[in-house]
Amino acid sequence: MSVFVWIETFAGEAVPSSWEALTAARDLADAYNSAVTALAFGANAAEIAEEAQRRGAEHAIVCADDSLQSYRLEAYAALLSALVVERRPVAVLSVATSRGRELLASAAGDSESGLISDVIEMRVEAGRIIGKRPAYAGKVLMEMTANTVTRFVTIRPRAFPAPAAGKPAAGNIEEVAAQPVPASIQTEALDFASEAGKVNLSEAAIIVSGGRGMANNPADPPADTSGDAANIWKARHGYANTLTPLAETLGAAIGASRAAVDAGYIPYEHQVGQTGKAVNPDLYIACGISGAIQHQAGMRNSKIIVAINKDAEAPIFKLARYGIVGDLYDVVPALTAALRKRLKT
Amino acid sequence: MHVVSFTRSTPDTAAKVWVDGEGAVTWGDVATVVNPWDEYSLEETIVQAKAAGGISTVIAIGGHINDDALKHSMAMGIQNILRIEEPGADIHDSLLWSALAAGAINKLGDVDLVIFGKESVDVATDQHTYQLARRLGWTMLSYVSAILEVDYAAGAIKVEKMLEQGRQVVAARLPAVISVMKGINEPRYPNFLGIRKAARAKIPVWSADDMGITLPKPATNALRYMNPPAREIVNEIIAGDDVAAKAERLAERLFEEKVL
Ligand SMILES: Cc1cc2nc3c(=O)[nH]c(=O)nc-3n(C[C@H](O)[C@H](O)[C@H](O)COP(=O)(O)OP(=O)(O)OC[C@H]3O[C@@H](n4cnc5c(N)ncnc54)[C@H](O)[C@@H]3O)c2cc1C
Ligand SMILES: Nc1ncnc2c1ncn2[C@@H]1O[C@H](COP(=O)(O)O)[C@@H](O)[C@H]1O
Repeated sequence: MSVFVWIETFAGEAVPSSWEALTAARDLADAYNSAVTALAFGANAAEIAEEAQRRGAEHAIVCADDSLQSYRLEAYAALLSALVVERRPVAVLSVATSRGRELLASAAGDSESGLISDVIEMRVEAGRIIGKRPAYAGKVLMEMTANTVTRFVTIRPRAFPAPAAGKPAAGNIEEVAAQPVPASIQTEALDFASEAGKVNLSEAAIIVSGGRGMANNPADPPADTSGDAANIWKARHGYANTLTPLAETLGAAIGASRAAVDAGYIPYEHQVGQTGKAVNPDLYIACGISGAIQHQAGMRNSKIIVAINKDAEAPIFKLARYGIVGDLYDVVPALTAALRKRLKT
Repeated sequence: MHVVSFTRSTPDTAAKVWVDGEGAVTWGDVATVVNPWDEYSLEETIVQAKAAGGISTVIAIGGHINDDALKHSMAMGIQNILRIEEPGADIHDSLLWSALAAGAINKLGDVDLVIFGKESVDVATDQHTYQLARRLGWTMLSYVSAILEVDYAAGAIKVEKMLEQGRQVVAARLPAVISVMKGINEPRYPNFLGIRKAARAKIPVWSADDMGITLPKPATNALRYMNPPAREIVNEIIAGDDVAAKAERLAERLFEEKVL
């Protein structure tokens, strides 16, 4: 009996937030008097298993079969489901990234197990795992339990601290074979385009976000652009030349409001909110964002919120620990300069 | 050629939602809307069915609260609407839910493609989709940002998926279950004719018996709902003689907060 933790990998490296699941698993393993077993599939599985053992897992199960080199749901789910059915762990954990969510939901389905998703706190009470999770965009919290032999849990990124790497545990690393997948559900990855320099919003410790106010850029667009095209030019120019320097100074990811995305100022990947990403950073700096309830839904739980807006009445100021009332095109460069001086970059 | 979508009603995203004295979640008398993520899946269902000269169906699992979402879907242009209701069954359990959903897909019999929204805005479990695909034994393609090719005769589909690390093009076999992202299309608004058609439509209701399935036991229990602890935020509007002074002070504060 053990607690399984799937360590998500990308291009042969562990996804940083996936270690956080080891922290959550430690508490469960202690409560159930069992051990933590890390699961690493695909490229570099053995190295990743060793790192998991330095970060608190006793044992590891690895599979470096060719068919698992890079993540494919059907191949990973076939193996995870088979392991769960054969070994009946008390729990299976991973961080709630897009892959973690689909993999655990699929294996929970295959093994007819209960899944508690997007958990921010967890405890064991009378032998039951009780997970606390936000619902209704964080307006409500709920507690859920799973009543099956194996309970699946996905944890929200940044809800649990990542365990520090220490001395490796003395447990064993076991190699297992891949499981067959029916040809009818095989997928084939043809092409991959990553956005250069992109920082993952859900994992970011600091986020600098720009909203519709980005269009009020005093910089002059090329003479032949006017109307919407001029606004798009101004906003994009602002993200690149005003927000990006601040983000780079802080090592931050760039976020946006839906209004900015829908107007074509910035790609959808950057949208924070109810129909974008829910984020959980230590610091969230909202520039030219009014703070609509659907935007709040995605960023309300940030530790420190800073608002920069020229309208003193903007609802974002009610959420903000610190606010500066002013034009973002004056304030952001000044803030960048002040921070650079202190950070000496 | 048959494209199916699933949707349900969720409280308006602007609504205040809270837990009342009895421990139940409520949003007062604010209206519900079709789950906002499903605007994109419904639009895509209409587009894909039309492009292939096929039919479109939308299914809601649950009680009458979902009738508005179904009618909205029909008003947008979905041809058939259907509700699954099994009194007494805990449809919040995704294993039980997927058994009902798979029952409906199997009873329809001729479905090639099922299109979901990314998640529901209220409970946002993001798990119904996958568990349905696994139960059906169909291909699963999540977080789809574009459908690049569908060839029903050859049983092939090619999509672009949006992942944390970038965009990936994937080829796979039909039948498939997919979930789509915002941005895949521009959802249309219902037009007058659509609204009239939907207003007159009768919603067929199927039970587990009608679909010839036995339901699994629920694997999860919702124990309780709570209002989040009130967050005491002290708002400080940074004062200063000029922008540079304000910026200096803010930088100082951020260092004091130890978030840098
Ligand atoms: C179903 C649904 C889902 C939604 N999902 C989301 C979501 O996921 N994310 C999201 O963000 N929104 C979402 N919305 C939209 C939301 O309701 C708001 O419309 C949106 O957040 C507004 O974006 P904004 O703050 O950038 O724009 P606005 O509300 O127009 O605010 C712009 C702000 O910029 C300020 N400003 C302008 N110029 C400057 C300047 N030069 N310097 C400083 N400040 C300036 C203005 O004072 C104003 O406060 C959703 C809406 C619905 C109905
Ligand atoms: N009871 C239901 N009936 C129909 N569709 C649903 C139901 N519950 C969830 N869905 C859809 O399933 C998708 C994923 O939702 P969820 O797993 O709840 O995040 C969304 O497109 C939802 O609209």
